[in-house]
Amino acid sequence: MFEYFRKDLKRPPSDAWVVAPSNGFNRIGESSHRSYGPGLGARVILPKRLLTAATSGRSNDYQHLLRDNYETPYFAPELAGSEFELQQLEMILKLSVDDFKNHAQTLSSPDELSLYVARQLMRQVAPSLLWITMHDIDIAHAGAYSLYVEGIRRTDRLCSDLWKTIQSEPEYAGKTTLFILPDFGRDSDEDAGGNGFQHHRTGDALSRTTWMLAAGPGIREGVAFDRAVDSTDLVPTLGSMLGFVPSFAQGKPIGELL
Amino acid sequence: MLPRELKPVQFAGYPPEARKVVTNYLVTLQQLPLSFVPGLLRELIEYDFKFPAERKAREKELAYLRSVSTPQMEEIFQGFARIRLSPQLEQFDWAKAPAQFIEQLSAHLWSTHQLDAFRQASTDYADRLRAAVPPEVPPVPRLGITVIGQGVASYGEPLFRKLRPHGAYFSRVKPEDGLKRLLDAIAARSKAHPAPYAHWYIDGGEEADYAPELTCVSYRALEPARAALLRRMQSEIDRPGMGPEALRTLLAQMRPADLGMNRESISKPVDEVLERFEVSLLTEGSGTQIFSTSFAQWAAREALRRAQPLTLLVRFAPRQRQKPMNELLSPSAARPAFDPMGSLVDADLGSYYNWLNQQRLPGAEQSSFLVWFEGHNQALAIGPSMPRGTESTSVADLEQVLAWTV
Repeated sequence: MFEYFRKDLKRPPSDAWVVAPSNGFNRIGESSHRSYGPGLGARVILPKRLLTAATSGRSNDYQHLLRDNYETPYFAPELAGSEFELQQLEMILKLSVDDFKNHAQTLSSPDELSLYVARQLMRQVAPSLLWITMHDIDIAHAGAYSLYVEGIRRTDRLCSDLWKTIQSEPEYAGKTTLFILPDFGRDSDEDAGGNGFQHHRTGDALSRTTWMLAAGPGIREGVAFDRAVDSTDLVPTLGSMLGFVPSFAQGKPIGELL
Repeated sequence: MLPRELKPVQFAGYPPEARKVVTNYLVTLQQLPLSFVPGLLRELIEYDFKFPAERKAREKELAYLRSVSTPQMEEIFQGFARIRLSPQLEQFDWAKAPAQFIEQLSAHLWSTHQLDAFRQASTDYADRLRAAVPPEVPPVPRLGITVIGQGVASYGEPLFRKLRPHGAYFSRVKPEDGLKRLLDAIAARSKAHPAPYAHWYIDGGEEADYAPELTCVSYRALEPARAALLRRMQSEIDRPGMGPEALRTLLAQMRPADLGMNRESISKPVDEVLERFEVSLLTEGSGTQIFSTSFAQWAAREALRRAQPLTLLVRFAPRQRQKPMNELLSPSAARPAFDPMGSLVDADLGSYYNWLNQQRLPGAEQSSFLVWFEGHNQALAIGPSMPRGTESTSVADLEQVLAWTV
């Protein structure tokens, strides 16, 4: 998506960004496709890496924001080096290390840190295409239902906060479309192969079905469309909205949003 | 290698009982499609460490497959036969390492868009097998008991919301000696209907005194094994090149001895079947290494699925508070703070899952289930004679409620 957008529309690197929650997302910005690939993708900010770099990995006061993975518990490798992150902080986000650290101490979860970074990016760089991945809800994989519900409520609030930010920033207000979509459904309680809410592994309909919310200019408000669409329809829809041609995409533009 | 090329020598590395079963049914296995047979072998390779219910199920399945004609066999497995496999999968030594083959098969099905077809073939086969070999009704109706809310002084929200439509809610239960009464009741059942691995007590914390006839799994008793596992995971994670898939493969290969488990005592020999089960709870479950509520729920799910017990008492205990993952992984960290209220919410849903999983077993229409808020007046009972969606204000102790339930 980022590569179609930047190449077709001849957009500069600063116009497409990803704020990603886990160090394992460091390659999310671009593919290795020979017609696109390196240099044509989105720039990526990993807020936890920023925080690790800002604190030189030494302070325990921020450990609750550095949580990285919830399943099993698996992990993503730490990436070496911190110069690039500190440069991102000062040059791009216009934040001093101290300001960043001080604000981070007021936050309670990694997704709150991601939203803080995304807002700063919107104010300082104002990219046309911004992708934010939330991760707190993945606590479901650890099987603690109360923590999962807590994660859902927090993410719901953060999405609302993001929409309010969009409406309050001059570069975005009234001319920005927001898409919110969970990446999976959950296994059905009824499927013996699963374990209820914990995973999305059975391949049953519920684990592969979820919802998407779209809001912005030209999109009808308060309407629910029950027609099944595929997650692969998102990129062609964005292509139709923004004017790029997703040559290799397999989905179709969602007519209700155009 | 294709199934028709299977030879006894390829099972030389299998444990003795597993080798015997596989060799006995070799001709049958040779007729099965490659997309199916490694899944069956993954079960059979562990035959020596399976519970009696699992062994019986596998034996019946194999006997059924041996009894059908070649055209019937082709018809039963037509869905699996249509799955397209890669040359790499065909060349894999799946007889020796069926679990690793299944990992690669999953990736292949996903990337070739054959997941739906495989799932449909599996569902059709399971339905066919169930019709041909009906599961045995238990000798006595099953009883499930779940105890939730340990350490919670008061809770203002309604409990058992998902279970209430299925049973009777008791709001004036006398809580005195509640746990002991329940443990005595399941001890009496275990004496009246003795059978190996038929009566279980799972505790998400430290186990209370229990009758020796019961199969007991407790989070506290597994603490040294958990600590050893977390240390091992941490050291593996730190190794260069280690990734999540490799870690999962490593965990799947862990055995009790790898985690320092050997609970042989003068009075009790090593129970390798149970120890392997316990290891699997920690290595195959997600979050079981960290949250005791996840452990208790998953242990119940696996005990029901695998051992098909006649009696299962599950007691949830407070889990540790959520902390950063690196801290959670560190077994040397100071004793964690607990979250009793969050644990009650976890356990409330866990009790629903315990009931659901019990109801998946044969004889479900005769089964009974009781959930109790430990130390409090609230309980809910489900059973054939228990009115659904009702509330009782009768004053009764748990022994009486249980007597009404079963």
